[in-house]
Amino acid sequence: MDTTLIDWSRAQFALTAMYHWLFVPLTLGLGLIMSLMETMYYRTGDLKWKRTAKFWIKIFGINFAVGVATGIILEFEFGTNWSNYSWFVGDIFGAPLAIEGILAFFMEATFIAVMFFGWDRVSKGFHLASTWLTTLGATISALWILVANAWMQFPDGMTFNPDTVRNEMVNFWAVLLSPVAINKFFHTVLSGWMLGAAFVTGISCWFLLKKREKVFSSDSIKIASIVGLVSILLLIWTGDGSSQQVAEKQPMKLAAMEGLYEGGNGVGIVGVGILAPDKQYNDNKDPFIFNISIPKGLSLLTTHDLNGYVPGIKNLIEGGYPTKDGQALSVAQKIEKGKVAVSSLAKYREAKKIGDEVSAVEAKAVLNENFDYFGYGYFNSPEEVIPNVPMVFYSFRIMVILGCYFLLLFALVYYFTVKKKLENLKWFQWICLWSIPLAYIASQAGWIVAEVGRQPWAIQDILPVSAAISDIDVASVQLTFFLFLVLFTILLIAEISIMTKHIKSGPEKINS
Amino acid sequence: MKNKGTFSRFISMYVDGFKNMTWGRPLWILILIKLFIMFAILKVFFFPNFLNSRFDTSEEKSEYVSGKLTKR
Repeated sequence: MDTTLIDWSRAQFALTAMYHWLFVPLTLGLGLIMSLMETMYYRTGDLKWKRTAKFWIKIFGINFAVGVATGIILEFEFGTNWSNYSWFVGDIFGAPLAIEGILAFFMEATFIAVMFFGWDRVSKGFHLASTWLTTLGATISALWILVANAWMQFPDGMTFNPDTVRNEMVNFWAVLLSPVAINKFFHTVLSGWMLGAAFVTGISCWFLLKKREKVFSSDSIKIASIVGLVSILLLIWTGDGSSQQVAEKQPMKLAAMEGLYEGGNGVGIVGVGILAPDKQYNDNKDPFIFNISIPKGLSLLTTHDLNGYVPGIKNLIEGGYPTKDGQALSVAQKIEKGKVAVSSLAKYREAKKIGDEVSAVEAKAVLNENFDYFGYGYFNSPEEVIPNVPMVFYSFRIMVILGCYFLLLFALVYYFTVKKKLENLKWFQWICLWSIPLAYIASQAGWIVAEVGRQPWAIQDILPVSAAISDIDVASVQLTFFLFLVLFTILLIAEISIMTKHIKSGPEKINS
Repeated sequence: MKNKGTFSRFISMYVDGFKNMTWGRPLWILILIKLFIMFAILKVFFFPNFLNSRFDTSEEKSEYVSGKLTKR
């Protein structure tokens, strides 16, 4: 397969997914915040809360309108650029996406209309329920997408059918409740809440800087700072869960996140560092030009044991280290097993064609025995399983460092709000305003860690991207890449200008 | 009758809501333009379903994908 085609298809998918992810976290975060604000209105009857909620609901609407359906382009790409993958995953990927489309989308579509058009038409309680159900719909929507994504990171609850060349779901609950899916869902949704909180805080600080809407801004910041602080604390907790999941299910991703080539017991975690650019997995060069590490930190984080064993890239490739099930296989051994699995599939289908049932049964048994390594059959050398280490390493640090920054920021915002000092701290209001893009950077960096760290796999261990791709002309992928670039840029400019205009006009007057 | 009344009120909420839209109108125009570009241009001309456009039956599709996955 032409690597240029793979690279362009991946670039196109990354562009679409990252663009889509500009809107989703704000929808999730603003959804929660505006629902809380309307709850305050419902409980107190104070019209200032209605005015505050209405303003953020309007911003939610703008973001929703520009972002809606951008995710569908990803589904177009699955059908056109990733047809082998789409066929191979069968209903496992299709089922969550179908549920997402039917249940969550219609839920959002129904209640969003009540939320916008129903202020003076339905009771306060029904309107509040509609606002919460819109938020819940968006969150459920995210759940199904993340379940599908988690399955690609940790394929479970399926069996491979060599007759159809498709994976078939045998345990829906194993797919839905996989530990990777649960952790990914909470970590991702919480990151959206944090981004929403940073957005509301930043915009409210802009109003304070302009000496406008003091009550509205203070109330907005009060709610946002609590949401932000709670989210970031829970993000740390789910991040800890993620690191253990990655260590167990995707150790190569963890090694790339840490720039860890030689593992061992009691491995330290790198706080900050600069990677040596020419490092190879099998040379003895220091992987870092410079780094500050916390001794035994990585072992503690991933195994909850100061002297726990963490394999590095070299260990993962060479194998032989102890695991729960015995000794780890080397990548070369896995490649061998993968090639056996791939050739058994060919033998099975050939035997079926000529009606040789005995050979078919034999081939199927060999295929089943080696299927866990099926994807390795497409590699020719062990180093092909190493992802882009610098991209994963630096993205992870950006995410974590910004996470720590937001913990401090929201703690300070909450403190200054409680002490009623925020209104007079212009320098801090500027910091909050300029923290909005930082929240987006943290959010995007998280996805880069998750998705680039998964490479070269489309489905972990089962299907690499090189086998997942369609045999299409690279020029058509390049054309649509630039087409999207132009379209997305126009849409983003449209969103920012519409949003800026409505933010500048401020919250509307409310008639009692 | 009560159900009909509720349903009618629900529909009229939508109709009036769309009629009296102020800031939402340009957003709806943007959504419709976007959906038109996505479904009438991108999907039709640039993103045909690779397997559906070449094969009619599931057997043909599995045969093709199996060939792609095994003959390497």
